Amino acid sequence: MTSTVRTYLGRLLPQLIALTIIIAAISIIFPGFLNLQIQNGRLYGSLVDILNRGAPVVLLAIGMTVVIATKGIDLSVGAVMAICGAVSASLITSGHSLAETLLITLAVGILCGIWNGILVAVLDIQPIIATLVLMVAGRGIAQLITEGAILTFNDPGLIFIGSGSFAGLPMPVVIWLVFGVLVALVVRQTALGMLVEAVGVNREASTLSGVFTPVLLIAAYVLSGLCAAIAGVIAAADIKGADANNAGLWLELDAILAVVVGGTSLLGGRFSIAASVLGAIIIQAINTGILLSGFPPEFNLIIKAAIIVFILVLQSPRFRAAFAFVSIPRVAGKPTEREAK
Amino acid sequence: MKFVKALASATILAACTFGTASAADLVVGFSQIGSESGWRAAETTLTKQQAEQRGIDLKFADAQQKQENQIKAIRSFIAQGVNAILLAPVVATGWDEVLQEAKDAEIPVILLDRTVDAPKELYLTAVTSDLVHEGNVAGKWLVDTVAGKPCNVVELQGTTGSSPAIDRKKGFEAALAGKDNLKIVRSQTGDFTRTKGKEVMESFLKAEDGGKNICALYAHNDDMAVGAIQAIKEAGLKPGKDILVVSIDAVPDIFQAMAAGEANATVELTPNMAGPAFDALATYLKDGKEPEKWIQTESKLYTQADDPMKVYEEKKGLGY
Repeated sequence: MTSTVRTYLGRLLPQLIALTIIIAAISIIFPGFLNLQIQNGRLYGSLVDILNRGAPVVLLAIGMTVVIATKGIDLSVGAVMAICGAVSASLITSGHSLAETLLITLAVGILCGIWNGILVAVLDIQPIIATLVLMVAGRGIAQLITEGAILTFNDPGLIFIGSGSFAGLPMPVVIWLVFGVLVALVVRQTALGMLVEAVGVNREASTLSGVFTPVLLIAAYVLSGLCAAIAGVIAAADIKGADANNAGLWLELDAILAVVVGGTSLLGGRFSIAASVLGAIIIQAINTGILLSGFPPEFNLIIKAAIIVFILVLQSPRFRAAFAFVSIPRVAGKPTEREAK
Repeated sequence: MKFVKALASATILAACTFGTASAADLVVGFSQIGSESGWRAAETTLTKQQAEQRGIDLKFADAQQKQENQIKAIRSFIAQGVNAILLAPVVATGWDEVLQEAKDAEIPVILLDRTVDAPKELYLTAVTSDLVHEGNVAGKWLVDTVAGKPCNVVELQGTTGSSPAIDRKKGFEAALAGKDNLKIVRSQTGDFTRTKGKEVMESFLKAEDGGKNICALYAHNDDMAVGAIQAIKEAGLKPGKDILVVSIDAVPDIFQAMAAGEANATVELTPNMAGPAFDALATYLKDGKEPEKWIQTESKLYTQADDPMKVYEEKKGLGY
């Protein structure tokens, strides 16, 4: 048991170190950073902001991890967010109940996933091109739904998803925590995760050894679509309106970055959902830190890029080999085949 | 040959009749950028309305954010022999050739809401707002409202490097210059969006003692202000009272916020650029008098005293 925990911690160690360094650095620049207080029955503070603002990217990263583990990529998640935000806003304003709205919205996300999955698994189109189709078309579809305007709504139920709280935590945080644990359990407590990794390492070999790859691939993109749908609802509920032009804009890139920062290889194979979630939180911590620091906005992207490069260097196999003595034994002593390359 | 000559003279004759005709028979081509924002949709709606009111036959072409589509549209307007062309240029450069073609065909071109880097004689006039002036109007309102009391201002900038962000910042700072009671304590970009406006405002509130140090918010557009208002409310403060909110654009949603007492003032970027353009065109066609090369639209200030609900009702049908 302790060995499992150690293996697990070992996997997450680089991300945990990076996050700790970033949080320490921000609290030096901005002393009030670690303050937490209860306000209106919920936790209030910058740390909660990070978890809350990070919700969309965390959710996208969960789906993206599984897709990337199959050696795929899903560029359409940002656009699917916009579509689903628009769908939920237009349904709720046209008088549908909250349950109907959420069900249909999630169904639309799943449908987008099925579309991507079929293009990749059945028609055998390269994932980057297959999902590019929906990335480009999706925002147009969302704009058609909202008719180009920001569609605002006042339904308290839907707004609760964006800015309500449960057990002291903002709803978006509760949602991604529960959803993340659920997905991690499903893929890791069953053989699904292993099958996904097998497809990612060698799709043909997996097919030949009896894995029904098309269904597995479609399922991965469906999960990604579902994650994007939830993220889209949260993003719309947060601002009480669906902004087809800007909702989820460029977030597919942040989600891919989160997966990479989380240490999952873009070449497919081994993956960790927890590490990707940490990766997303690291990205949001950087964003929030930059906002609190009070630097002029021209520096935002440069600072972010510099920190990301630093984290990626920390993770590079060469760097680790050079500093093997500070690295933990399992990773240094038993590199996987890919890391050894 | 004879036939061609006859045809040519008929065309010239027709052209002459057109030239002396009243606005009622005018045919005007309008090359619009696209519909990337609510404001632009409203501009399209208002241009069509203005044309209809004046009895102008408006030929509308949506370029879907592409300059090549705009150039194609202008060439087709020239081929159709319209009386004038309205152009909302998607970019500033690369217009010389097609504008020259329009000039050679003696079709006046009026630029709407943005200008181009081309010799001034290639177009009749440009109808735009003055972004610096907009920031200035917002700043003046704040200076007058706080009336000498000390006030810490936070600023939500537009997309870094965009001309509205640069100019609206410049104008606002100019209005605050020399007023020692007003100080911009924090300034960050909110990318002109509600989501970022809310996120950045949350960080401002944390950074400035839970918002107790902040007396006013200046946002470069209304959408960011709408997002920020939600952040202020969630932090347990009253937007419009504890923190004054002033922004620019005058989109319908900010009037709802003003009616609820949550926003204080907005400066209008009017989507009615076509009205002044048609007026200038009518004078030019009638007397041949060329208008100034730049017609500045009004940057009107709206406050809670201006019956925001009524303005909201007027604006909400425009496609914002």
